[in-house]
Amino acid sequence: MFEIAIPHRMTAPVALLPAAQLATLNGAYRRAVARKRWRLSLGAVLFLLALFVAAIGAEVNPRMLWSHFGNFVSYFDRILHLDDGSFVVSNVAEWLWGLRKWSWLLAETILISYVGTLFGTALAFALNFLAAENTSPAPWLRFIVKRLLEFCRTVPGIVFALIFVIAFGLGPMAGVLAIALHSTGALGKQYSEIVENIDMKPVEGVRSTGAGWLACMRFAALPQVAAGFASYSLLRFEINVREASVMGFVGAGGIGQELIVAVREFYYSDVSAILLMIVLTVFVIDIGTGIIRSRIFGGGRRA
Amino acid sequence: MSPLPAPDSKGLQARYPDVFARPASARLATPLMLLGALVVFVFGLVHLGFSPQRMLAGLHQLGWITMMMIPPNPGTSLPLYLKALGETLSIALLGTTLAATLALPVSLLAARNIVPSSLLRFPMRRFFDTIRGVDTLIWALVWINVVGLGPFAGVLAIAVSDFGAFGKLFSEAIEAADRRQVEGIRASGGSALHEIRFGLLPQVAPVIAGQVLYFIESNTRSATIIGIVGAGGIGLQLAEQIRVLEWQKVSFLILMILVAVAVIDWISERLRLAIIGRRAIA
Repeated sequence: MFEIAIPHRMTAPVALLPAAQLATLNGAYRRAVARKRWRLSLGAVLFLLALFVAAIGAEVNPRMLWSHFGNFVSYFDRILHLDDGSFVVSNVAEWLWGLRKWSWLLAETILISYVGTLFGTALAFALNFLAAENTSPAPWLRFIVKRLLEFCRTVPGIVFALIFVIAFGLGPMAGVLAIALHSTGALGKQYSEIVENIDMKPVEGVRSTGAGWLACMRFAALPQVAAGFASYSLLRFEINVREASVMGFVGAGGIGQELIVAVREFYYSDVSAILLMIVLTVFVIDIGTGIIRSRIFGGGRRA
Repeated sequence: MSPLPAPDSKGLQARYPDVFARPASARLATPLMLLGALVVFVFGLVHLGFSPQRMLAGLHQLGWITMMMIPPNPGTSLPLYLKALGETLSIALLGTTLAATLALPVSLLAARNIVPSSLLRFPMRRFFDTIRGVDTLIWALVWINVVGLGPFAGVLAIAVSDFGAFGKLFSEAIEAADRRQVEGIRASGGSALHEIRFGLLPQVAPVIAGQVLYFIESNTRSATIIGIVGAGGIGLQLAEQIRVLEWQKVSFLILMILVAVAVIDWISERLRLAIIGRRAIA
């Protein structure tokens, strides 16, 4: 501990301002605080009003929630019990009877996500240099590419899947393409933001040795952006695994098909088994990509 | 001007052997990894039923569908669609608010500077992760079983899945708060409640408000799709029109979603600037 020596006395005198000056300052302070409070409460009232309107729009019914909330709790109770009424953990073989089938479907889900992410990465890689301000060849091209990426990003993947199922037929192919398109939009934006933030000096350095545009990109731009690109792609892969797990809801492949059948047909213990497997898979993928990401950035720096 | 001296390549090679004579394992690592990724990719294409014919036929079909979508036309269902869009926005707003309200007190338990013992903190973190690992659509299915079909199930689905995300984000925001302001309050004689109210909250509130706004924005997107499983909103109309192949209505609905998302983006951007101020952006 430090020892602070204060001569003569332990308390330092606080100089008070003259009363008149103090009063004006206090008044100004109070007015400022009052104004801030007034604005805050106005915002709060508006917000509550919006909530009220929204509650009517969404047909919120607290009484129904209250009377049905037992259902929610008992739903988890039901999915955790086998048909003969015993707790799932007491007979794991019976609970996970479809382990082999579900594992294959989960592997398919991961594969859908992987192929879709790679497609999206390739497309985003091709498009992002056109969308970034510092590398785009022409403003009109940049505008078009940016709007295109925005469209791909805003339309949810599962809506693409619904349409692709009709165009390409039922099956994982529609899921892959839907994920690819949505990933292109999301990654294209993130990539172009990385490219906009690069240091242009290495590019100038490479160009001063007489290199062409491609060589400039390869040896000056790419080394700066590669790690960021890889990191965003891995993150997208992680998100896409979750997304691919519901693609089966609309017939676009993966584990979702089994899950929605189990939920709709009230195969309670199957629901919990499939959910458990999905959650575990997502965990493993999260942790795996986390490790790879921290290794890409080196030095054990976790993002 | 004298010419540059010839580079002493022998000397350089002798001084930096690890640059000039990298072991084969180091040189091959990257190409091998890329090759492995490519092999899995090709296997995936084959396994998932990709074929040039299917691709061509599908693209042809897709082109035809796109032609059918033009021009977008709601027919006579415009009022119905507007109501569905309002429902979607309501679901997003209510779901996010509910999630944030529930997550705030719970996230305190998962923050290191509030609860030092990892005994409680660790299970809380895993709990949030588990909730986040399950997609919103799956939560919607579960809630439909509880409160029936309709937008209310959607609100609850978004609330639950955001609860997991908020729990994680809020606790991280709380952990990032500066300790010294809290200590300052304590030094001037404040109680524990004063510490949280005047030391912690002013630091954390803008961050949290920004995150909540961002989630309202992204939940507008989520809320458009939960209708596909029957949890209300515009997704219900969209899925129905796709199933009956009314492509002009489909394109109109997609346009409505795009416009609504753009408007919400714009509003929340303005609000965020007003709350956090420009300093957080600059």
